[in-house]
Amino acid sequence: MKRGRRVFLRMAGGAAAATAAGAALGCAARVAARQRLAIAIDVRRCLAAEGCRACIDACHRAHNVPAIVDARHEVKWIWKEPFERAFAADEPDSIPVAVRGGLVPVFCNHCDNPPCVRVCPTQATWARSDGIVSIDAHRCIGCRYCVAACPYGSRSFNWLDPQPFLARPLSRYPARTRGVVEKCNLCEERLGEGRRPACVEACPGCAMVFGDLRDPSSDVRRAIRERYSIRRKPELGTRPQVYYLV
Amino acid sequence: MRSRALIAGGLALAVAVVTWPAWRALASPPAPPPVLARPSGAARCVAPVAYMRASHMRLLVEWRDRVVRDGVRTYTDAEGRLVEMSLSGTCIGACHTDKAKFCDRCHDYAAVTPTCFNCHVVPEAGPAAGGTR
Repeated sequence: MKRGRRVFLRMAGGAAAATAAGAALGCAARVAARQRLAIAIDVRRCLAAEGCRACIDACHRAHNVPAIVDARHEVKWIWKEPFERAFAADEPDSIPVAVRGGLVPVFCNHCDNPPCVRVCPTQATWARSDGIVSIDAHRCIGCRYCVAACPYGSRSFNWLDPQPFLARPLSRYPARTRGVVEKCNLCEERLGEGRRPACVEACPGCAMVFGDLRDPSSDVRRAIRERYSIRRKPELGTRPQVYYLV
Repeated sequence: MRSRALIAGGLALAVAVVTWPAWRALASPPAPPPVLARPSGAARCVAPVAYMRASHMRLLVEWRDRVVRDGVRTYTDAEGRLVEMSLSGTCIGACHTDKAKFCDRCHDYAAVTPTCFNCHVVPEAGPAAGGTR
């Protein structure tokens, strides 16, 4: 009886140690492999090119985003918003007057704490391990909970069949159908080929920087380290990952 | 009771009308199986023909989940070749370039209407089809 208990305790201790070691190892491996992708936008550089639509055109062309003029039905992945609208809350006085009042590019912030993901009843939208908030159009049932949950208005709903509004659809990226939600996917299909996001690549003034926040030598980390940056509506706790250098 | 014959006749007529398509299908010779256009470029499919004929939709669903949910884009087939998992890029982009004479013919024959092409774009004919992203 006595020996039995001792053996049991030894085995239990060994099992606990093995579990802890396994968990620690697994955790280390996961952290090492994980990225946290982000974009930083140099607002002053962007504003210097007034009326520029290079990022918008490149993105919407690459992803077969329909050009619907009617605002009730329009679909957009990236667009420009007046600074005061993009950063609606009380911004500190330290933000230069030069950047206030200009039009800044806005798109999905690929939040660290995405409310759209939390409300999706079918897990059609989810956060990937590299931080990209993705949409699986096959699984989207068109309930639009995510559209209501997103505080940035980053999501569009296909009220109409988008195909007639595509002049020359690219076959390399699927279009969407009526009744599904869509938004910026941080060009995950291009990243898979080792290319940068279309907006970053298209920007003639190199105002957009893309990279891995967990890599201390990445462009985006350097940009955030060296410049004063703000994010959209940080008070909501969504932890957005698009940084505006002002 | 006088209308018994009328009722029986009406019922018989109704049954005949309702079952008419079934009788006609049984009487007429079976429709010839569709003639499918063979791919001109590729020599072999990613899986045996018998499997693809019966279960290509399973393979496509598997590819879909791997690409969309897991971010994996390359498929290794039974012979060890690496293929990009892409409906518009590989299946109808590189091999079965004439969708109307391949996918559509068989789907029409089997009277099925898959929703794949509600979103997925059929590449235009020509070697440069698909364009760049």
